[in-house]
Amino acid sequence: MTKTGFVVANLFRKKTRTILTVLSVIMAFLLFGLLQSLNSVFNSGADFVGATRLMTQARVSFTQALPLSMVPKLEAVPGVARVAYSQWFGGVWQENTQIFTFAVDPQRYHDAYAEWVMPEEQWQAFEQTRTSMVAGKMLADKYGWKIGQKIPLSSNIYPQKGGSKSWAFDLVGIYDGKDDNWRKQTNAVFINHDYFDEANLFGKGRTNFYILKLAPGTDAAQVSKTVDAMFENSPDETKTQTEKDFNLSFVKQIGDIGLIVRWILFAVFFTLLLVVGNTMAQSVRERVPELAVLKTLGFTDGSVLGFVLAEAVALCLVGGVVGLVLATLLGAMVEQATGGQFRLQVDGVIWAIGIGAILVMSFAVGLLPALRARSLKIVDALAGR
Amino acid sequence: MSEAIVSLRNVDKRYTRGKQSVEVLQGLTLDIPKGEFVALMGPSGSGKTTLLNLIGGLDQPTSGQISVGGSRIDQLSSGKLAHWRAHNVGFVFQFYNLMPVLTAEANVELPLLLTRLPASQRKKNVAVALQVVGLSDRARHKPRELSGGQEQRVAIARALVSDPQLLVCDEPTGDLDRKTADEILGLLQVLNREHGKTIVMVTHDPKAAEFARRTLHLEKGELLEQVAA
Repeated sequence: MTKTGFVVANLFRKKTRTILTVLSVIMAFLLFGLLQSLNSVFNSGADFVGATRLMTQARVSFTQALPLSMVPKLEAVPGVARVAYSQWFGGVWQENTQIFTFAVDPQRYHDAYAEWVMPEEQWQAFEQTRTSMVAGKMLADKYGWKIGQKIPLSSNIYPQKGGSKSWAFDLVGIYDGKDDNWRKQTNAVFINHDYFDEANLFGKGRTNFYILKLAPGTDAAQVSKTVDAMFENSPDETKTQTEKDFNLSFVKQIGDIGLIVRWILFAVFFTLLLVVGNTMAQSVRERVPELAVLKTLGFTDGSVLGFVLAEAVALCLVGGVVGLVLATLLGAMVEQATGGQFRLQVDGVIWAIGIGAILVMSFAVGLLPALRARSLKIVDALAGR
Repeated sequence: MSEAIVSLRNVDKRYTRGKQSVEVLQGLTLDIPKGEFVALMGPSGSGKTTLLNLIGGLDQPTSGQISVGGSRIDQLSSGKLAHWRAHNVGFVFQFYNLMPVLTAEANVELPLLLTRLPASQRKKNVAVALQVVGLSDRARHKPRELSGGQEQRVAIARALVSDPQLLVCDEPTGDLDRKTADEILGLLQVLNREHGKTIVMVTHDPKAAEFARRTLHLEKGELLEQVAA
C-alpha cells in the first residue's frame, strides 16, 4: 500500500456518495467546457475575416434600410477602394427551412470579396441573369442543388409586387471559400439585387448594409469616422464598424453571451462548492477517531491535513478532467455534425482555465475540513469529545 | 533491576473543561524498567488512561518530567512527538481502531508508510507481524470480515510492525469475551517474555492484570501501591 492508495481507499469508503459527487463535478466541468467554448465561438468566431472591410448600417438598427444614393458618396471617401451592398432577404426553403439569403450587386460583391471562389463565367452569369442566384457549396451539397436548377424560396419580409411571397431563382453558380475558414462559411445564397429591387413590394433603391473594401494601408478607424461624420444629422445616419465587430454585434443581439455564460457558471460552481464541500466535511466528521489513530501512529498534523486535501483534489481532479474530456469530445462531435460551421472547440486555453478552476475548487472545498482534521487533539478525538 | 525505560517525575496533569479545571494526576513519580509488563488498574476517573496517554506521548503533562527510552518527551513539539511515537511506541486500543477501508495487511503496513523502507521490505515486515499474531491467513480480509479477537490481533500486529520497545494498551480486552481475552493477553505475554517488549496496559479486569508482572493502582490521580505478580 502507498499513501496514494490510502487516499483512494478513503475516497471509496462510501461508494455511492463518492460516485454521485464525482458525477456532479463531471457535469459542472462538462458545462464549463461547453459554455466557455460557446463563449469563444461568439467572441472570436470572425477572427479570420481580418480588417480590410468596413460595414456601414443605419445608426439605429440594420433593419432600417439605407438609400443606394449613398454609393457615390461612400466611394468618394479616401481609402475606400470599392463599395458593395447587401440586403437581407429572409429566405425560406420548402416548409420552414431558413436560408441566409442576401440580395447583392454581383460585380460589386465579387470585387469586395475575393475570399469567395467561383469560376468567372458563373460570376458573369450571376451578373447577367436577372433572376440569378448563387449558393454556397455547403448549402448546395446539403440540399443537392445543381447549377441550372430553379430554386423556389419564399420571404416572410418581402412579398413580390403581386403580393405573392413565393420567389423563384435560377441557380447560376456555386461558390466556395478560399481556405478552410471561409469554406465553413459557405452556407448562404446571394440573389441579384436588381431583380429584388424591381420585384419587391416595399421600398426601392435601398439596402441594409454597405461593405467598404479598404485600399491597402488605409486607417480603418479614420474611414469609419469620416463615413459616419458625413451622414451625421441626415435622415440616414450611419454606424460604421469593422466586419468582425459587425459580426459580433450581430450575434450579441441575442444578449451578452459572455455575461450569460459567467452567470450560469457562477451558479453551477457555487452549487458544486456546496455539494463537494458538504461531502468533504461529512467525510471528515465521520472518521474523527480514524484521523486520531493516524496521528497516534505517528502521522503529523501536516500529513493528516495533506491526506484530507489530497482526497478533495482527487475528487475534483477526476471529475473535472473527465468533465473537460467529455466537453472536448462533445464539442468535436458538434463541430463534425454541423460540418464545421459551429466550432465548439474546448481548446488549450479552456483546459488551462479548467485545471485552474479544479485546483481552486479543491482547496475551497478541502481546506476547512483539512484544517479541522489537522487541529484534532488525539486524546479528545479518541475519547469521542 | 534493569534500567527504566519509562520514567515520570512529579508529573501533574490538569484538564480545563469549560470553566472547570480538573486535576487528573498529581505529583506522580514512576519508573518502569525495560522488559516490564505493567498493568494499570483503578476506578473510572482515576487517571489510568491519562497516565497511559502521557507515557505514549499522546498528551503533554501540565508539569513534571517524562522520559521514555532516554528521551524527554514532555518537551517535544507536536511534530517531533509524532515522529517519536512512530519509532518508539506501539498502541493497542479497546475498540481496535483499525481503518475499515483497509485490509488487515494494509492496516498493519500503515505505520511503515512513515519509514523509508521499500515496498518489498514493508511487505516482509507485515507478513512477520501477522505471523506473530497468528493471522497470516487473514491478511486480505477487511476488519468487518474479522471477529473481535482477530481485529485485536491485527491491531497488535500494527503496534508491533515498526518494532517499538514499548507497547501501550488501553483496555485491550475490554470488548472481548473471556476466552478471546485470555488469548490476547497470552499473546501480549509472549511479546513481553519472548520478544522483550515493555508493555503498559490499562485494565479494569483483575484477571487481565494477572497476566502482567506488576500491577499499579491509581486512585484520584495518585499511585497507591505497586503489586508484583
